[in-house]
Amino acid sequence: MSKPTTAELERIASQVRRDIVRMVHGASSGHPGGSLGCTDFLVALYFYAMKRKEGFDPNGIDEDLFFLSNGHISPVWYSVLARSGYFETSELATFRQIDSRVQGHPATEEGLPGIRIASGSLGQGLSVACGAAQVKKLNGESTLVYALMGDGELEEGQVWEAAMYAAHHKIDNIIATVDYNGQQIDGPTDEVMSLGDLKAKWEAFGWTVIESQGNDMASIVKSLDEAKELTGQGKPILNLMTTEMGFGIDFMVGTHKWHGIAPNDEQLADALSQLEETLGDY
Amino acid sequence: MTKFTYTDKKDTRSGFGAGLAELGRTNPDVVALCADLVGSLKMQEFIKENPDRFFQVGIAEANMMGLAAGMTIGGKIPFTGTFANFSTGRVYDQIRQSIAYSDKNVKICASHAGLTLGEDGATHQILEDIGMMKMLPNMTVINPCDFNQTKAATIAIADHHGPVYLRFGRPAVPIFTPADQKFEIGKALHLIEGSDVTVFATGHLVWEAIEAEAVLAQEGISVEVINIHTIKPLDTEAILASVAKTGCVVTAEEHQMNGGLGDSVAQTLALNHPAPLEMVAVNDSFGESGKPAELMTKYGIDADNIVKAVRRVIARK
Repeated sequence: MSKPTTAELERIASQVRRDIVRMVHGASSGHPGGSLGCTDFLVALYFYAMKRKEGFDPNGIDEDLFFLSNGHISPVWYSVLARSGYFETSELATFRQIDSRVQGHPATEEGLPGIRIASGSLGQGLSVACGAAQVKKLNGESTLVYALMGDGELEEGQVWEAAMYAAHHKIDNIIATVDYNGQQIDGPTDEVMSLGDLKAKWEAFGWTVIESQGNDMASIVKSLDEAKELTGQGKPILNLMTTEMGFGIDFMVGTHKWHGIAPNDEQLADALSQLEETLGDY
Repeated sequence: MTKFTYTDKKDTRSGFGAGLAELGRTNPDVVALCADLVGSLKMQEFIKENPDRFFQVGIAEANMMGLAAGMTIGGKIPFTGTFANFSTGRVYDQIRQSIAYSDKNVKICASHAGLTLGEDGATHQILEDIGMMKMLPNMTVINPCDFNQTKAATIAIADHHGPVYLRFGRPAVPIFTPADQKFEIGKALHLIEGSDVTVFATGHLVWEAIEAEAVLAQEGISVEVINIHTIKPLDTEAILASVAKTGCVVTAEEHQMNGGLGDSVAQTLALNHPAPLEMVAVNDSFGESGKPAELMTKYGIDADNIVKAVRRVIARK
C-alpha cells in the first residue's frame, strides 16, 4: 500500500479534530487544546510513519510502538486509534462515561486495544518507552519506539533520569517528540517554570535533536523521515516539535484557556463549521 | 511436634541473589535492573552470567520503575533491585500508574526492609512499605522468613503473572526452612500446631515466634505458629481455620502496626470471626541507629514481646 499524501493526511486530521471536540463536548469534560495541537503529529505517526501489524498485540513484537506520556491529550489518541482500526469509532461516544473503555486518561485495565500502559500522572512515559526500546534491541528487533511528551511535563525530574539513561545505554531505536506549545495549566511555561534552551538541554544530555513544525503536515512528515534515518547511530533522537494549542479552531487556537474545558453547544457548532467532515462522524 | 532448629544464619537478601542467579540459568525472559546497589542486593552472580540481561540504572529509582514497566512489553520479566524505602515510598506514583494500574509483570525486589537495617537509621528503615504495596490493586505482597524461603519465593514469582512486591532484609537470620521447599504464593505455612493461641508471623519475626513458642510451651501454653509469607493475597481460609480452633491471635511483623500484617488479619477477623487480637509491631514510630537485635528489643518486636503479647491475649479470651 502506498504512503498517504500530505493532503490525505490533512483530510484525516480534519476528521480527528471533529472527533476531539465532539468527544469533549459529549463528556462535558476533557482536554481539547493539547489534543488539537498534536492532531497532525499523531495522524502522521499512525497513518504514515509507524510500522504496524493488523490487530493488537499487547507485546508489540515486530512492530513500531507508541507511548503517550502526557495522557491528558487522550481524545486525539483515542480518535486516531479508532480511525486506524483498533476499535469501533462508535466507542468514542463513551469517552469519560461510566462503564467505558475510553477512560479520561489512557488505561490498560479496561483493555482498550492500541494502549499498552496507563498515563496521566506526568513524566513517566519516556522511561517506559526506553524500557520497551531496550527490550526490542535485546530481542534483536529492528522496529522502533516512539514517545510523545508535553513541554510542561519536562519539569518532572524523571524525564531527565530517562534522558540520561537512554544516552548512556545508547538506545538509538527511540524517537521521542516534545509537544512544544509553551503553555501549561497555570500559564505560559516561561512564567510558570522556564524551560530554557530545550535543544541545547537535550543535546547536552546526549540526544540527537531535530526540529519540526507540528501543525504543518509537510514538516511533520519530513521530520519523521529524518528521525528514522538517524536511528541506529548510537544516540537517542528527540524531535522538538513546535505546536499551537487548539490548532484548527479559531477561537481555541494559541490560548491556554482551552487546556481542560469543554465547548458548549454553540461553541461546538462553531468549531464543527470550521472542520470538514471527511471520514464520517461517529 | 515439629521442632525447629538451625545450624546456619544467613541474610535473606542473599536468598534473593541466589534465586535470581538460578532464574538467570532457567528462565531466559528474566531481566534485572538495579539502582546503584548491586552488591547490597547480591545481584553479582546473575550479572556475571547474564550481562546482556542486566541494566544498571544509576541512582534513579523512578526511571527504574518506568523502564521495568516498559520491558514487560516485549515479554520480559523485569526484577528491580534497590532498598525497600526507595522501592516503595520514593516511587509510589510510578508503581501505581505504570506497574499496578497497568498490571505489568514487574517484580519489585526490596532489600534492607525494616528496623534490622540497623546502623543507617530511620531514613533507610522503612516500616510502611507493606502497607503501601498491599493497598495497590493488582499487587501481590510477599515477605519471606529466611534464606531458603526467600530464594524459593524469588524463583516462584517469575512464574506468577502480575506485579509483585518481594521484601527481604540485611541481617543474618536463622535458616530453618528446608532448602528444597516449594513456594506457593498466598498459601500460609503451618509451622507448629497448637490449641491455646495462634501467632501469625511474617518475615524475620517468624523465627522470633518459634522462639516464643518454646518459652510458652514450658508454661503449658500451646501456641500455633503460622508463617504468613504472603501478605496479599492473604490466606484467610488458613487464618480463620486456626482461629476457630485457638480463639485468640497475636500477629508479629517488622513493620508499622498501621497497615501491616496485623491490619490485614484484624480485618479478616472483624469481618468473619471476631477474636481477641494483639499486634507485635512498631507502634507509630520511626526507628533509629543501632544494632538489629537492640532495635528489635527497643521497638518491641522480638520473641520476648511475642511471649508477653500471647499472655495478654489469652487473658482476654
